[in-house]
Amino acid sequence: MLQILHGVNVNWMARRHIAFLVSGVCVLISIASLIMHGGPRYGVDFTGGSLIEIQVTPPVHVDEVRSAVDRAGLAGSEIQGLARPGQFLIRAEAKPGKASPSSAISNAVQAGDPGRKVEVLRVESVGPRVGNELRGAAIKAIFFALGFILIYVGIRYDWRYSVGAVAALFHDVFITLGALSITNKEITLTVVAALLTIAGYSINDTIVVFDRIRERSKTLRREPPEKVMNVAINETLSRTVITSFTVFLSVVSLFALGGEVIHDFSFAMLVGVVFGTYSSVYVASGLALEVQLWLERAGGGRAKK
Amino acid sequence: MMTRSDQWKLLLTVAFVLASVLTLWSTFEFYSLSPQRRQEVLQARPSAATTEAERIRMEKDAKLRERAIKLGLDLQGGMYLLLEVDTSKLGPAEAKNAVDQARRIIENRIDQFGVAEPTIQKQGENRILIQLPGLLDQDRAKSLIGQTALLEFKLVKTEEESKALYDRVDQYFARKLRGGIPPDSTAPDSILHPFTSKLLASSHAEALVLSENVPIVDQMILQLKADSTFVSDAVFAWDAHETEVSGRTARALYVLGKEPLMKGSEVASAQMRLDLDPTRPGAPGVSFTLTSRGGALFADITGANVGRRLAIVLDGRIQSAPNIQEKIPRGQGSITGNFKEEEAQNLAIVLRSGALPAPVNIVEERTVGPSLGQDSIEKGLRAAGVGAALVVLFMIVYYRMSGMVAVVALFLNILGLLACMAGFHATLTLPGIAGIVLTIGMAVDTNVLIFERIREELRNKRTVIAAIETGYARAYRTIIDAHVTTLLSSFALMWFGTGPIRGFAITLSIGLIINLITAVGISKMIFDAWSVRRKLSSISI
Repeated sequence: MLQILHGVNVNWMARRHIAFLVSGVCVLISIASLIMHGGPRYGVDFTGGSLIEIQVTPPVHVDEVRSAVDRAGLAGSEIQGLARPGQFLIRAEAKPGKASPSSAISNAVQAGDPGRKVEVLRVESVGPRVGNELRGAAIKAIFFALGFILIYVGIRYDWRYSVGAVAALFHDVFITLGALSITNKEITLTVVAALLTIAGYSINDTIVVFDRIRERSKTLRREPPEKVMNVAINETLSRTVITSFTVFLSVVSLFALGGEVIHDFSFAMLVGVVFGTYSSVYVASGLALEVQLWLERAGGGRAKK
Repeated sequence: MMTRSDQWKLLLTVAFVLASVLTLWSTFEFYSLSPQRRQEVLQARPSAATTEAERIRMEKDAKLRERAIKLGLDLQGGMYLLLEVDTSKLGPAEAKNAVDQARRIIENRIDQFGVAEPTIQKQGENRILIQLPGLLDQDRAKSLIGQTALLEFKLVKTEEESKALYDRVDQYFARKLRGGIPPDSTAPDSILHPFTSKLLASSHAEALVLSENVPIVDQMILQLKADSTFVSDAVFAWDAHETEVSGRTARALYVLGKEPLMKGSEVASAQMRLDLDPTRPGAPGVSFTLTSRGGALFADITGANVGRRLAIVLDGRIQSAPNIQEKIPRGQGSITGNFKEEEAQNLAIVLRSGALPAPVNIVEERTVGPSLGQDSIEKGLRAAGVGAALVVLFMIVYYRMSGMVAVVALFLNILGLLACMAGFHATLTLPGIAGIVLTIGMAVDTNVLIFERIREELRNKRTVIAAIETGYARAYRTIIDAHVTTLLSSFALMWFGTGPIRGFAITLSIGLIINLITAVGISKMIFDAWSVRRKLSSISI
């Protein structure tokens, strides 16, 4: 029998304050990055605007594309040369009434040289109003998804656990947002889907640990809560690590091989899985323990009176 | 020895596998076709068949295409458009019908354009969603869909009538510029004639405006239109094309009668032709035939106005303004102008399918070129394949025989998931592939939870059969909780999410539900059969 992490006996809870510090620093870095970048960087899905990817053969210099885009009446657009020669990504602002400048741009680049071939690889063009609607829909989806989860956890478990679960959830999603901000990636519809999946995984991991805590607090009734939690975490540790590892394997392959369209999605997942594993061990249980200890102190204080 | 309930389980499992394989058969058949043959199947349109044999073959092809799992536009390339019908100028009753009417007309146009399997749906109050899969000319498709195609026939005003209008317009702006006081006659031309000084000297009913002055003149025309105190039976209209005047570009401005004499709804058919203009052989144009009512009306109009010019106006722009030489009795006419062949073809299609009841705007567009689509599907499938292979390898190395059971369950899960997608005619998109990858993750987690429990029970010196029983029973509760929470969040995504988010949520939800059957039900059955039959005293886990 091949085994990893069997029979570990780590006193996790004794070191919970170090974990709180680490988490606190990570969250602070995320906040700092978000402030420095002026909030999350929303993609065209939410701000409205156009994203046009073209392939020019034979390849031209980026300045040539820039002047063509200016000629097309879209001065101020952001132009980025991609890894493959001749491939460019053009980001144009939303103009009311005119939804898609893709034809104007490809025609203008084409006009520079009749022997040139311009292929439009991808267009994502969203009118400002639709962008607002998509943002509204995404916020609604996040709100309801989290709401459903919290209600379910609240019904199935104690509210003390709920606090820990929620905190772990926000911790994971927030740090992922921070990582996206640091790497200057955009929040698109697909990234929102990734954030929600991270939330789902985070809750899933947390529930597995909580389930064991609940089970053990019945069998180890005389032990202090700190010990119960340590036992539960140690017992579920191999499962936590193995599952996270397999998910990590799939996500890494998506990240490395899935191509650019899915790249940001898998990047967000990657960060989320790593922090989700850590937070289900430390943040969720640690906070649940703090709440419990606080309640006991408050209860004890009253009893003394 | 099998108990009765074991027999039922086995029967259900076999039925599940058979049903899945049968549902996926067409998909397998379709994607193992040669690329050329697959294109043929994709393009098959029984309604366009010319012979009976061809029709039968195309119907078979269309059926195969329908039963196979469809690829989303992000994987096969294509165009997604969201149109908004601008009903702001219509009454509430008209607005209600306008969207449905516009949808029918656009459907008609796309049908004539010849795209296989287009999707055209009304969305919400005043939007139309269009999906055009496959290779296509994006510009042409957009202009075909977005063109209002309101065709009007208007009489060009005479010299005297035009002159009178110009004088009034000049006075109007001259006063306006000086705060209501008419300027004295010695003032410079630009103050005396603010409007006509922007025009190049020309015959009055058709004046030329230099391209750089067009925006200014257009602005003035809009001002006039907005002012209800300025009443006239004439309107200005621009030529659809630019012309060249001594090395500079200019656009012609016409003075037309306000009310159209006839509208495009009287057009019965229209064709692109290359022989319409004797002075320019081979120049594309459109010839049209009017309905019998339209023909009679056209005969009356042309008969009463011989010698005058009739402007053919499309969406407010003048395509041509020929002289009426004589009465045209048979209801046939033509539109010539500076067309490219494709433009003329588009024009013929839009005239045949009629004008949109209100203008439409493209409010969202997503296009994936076919080469990028091909690239995405190859990479997506390879990533999913490598991810799955790594997971399978890990499971077998770590859990050995039990890992094999988990892999079988995983395989059945994916099989069932794909079969469901084929059965529901769902579309596989890139986010959908991501959903499948996460389903794999959850399925593996389910088995890991169970196996770790069984190992614990074995360590507590339970017998193999008892360890399997308790392991499953204990893990079951956690598994349900984990699945319910993930399902709840994906339901929220399905309800409120759009496009890619929904595709992701749908595959994930189907995968999770099937996982409860395969990873819990079927794998337990295999374990039972294995351990009870052999009366195992140890287990490879």
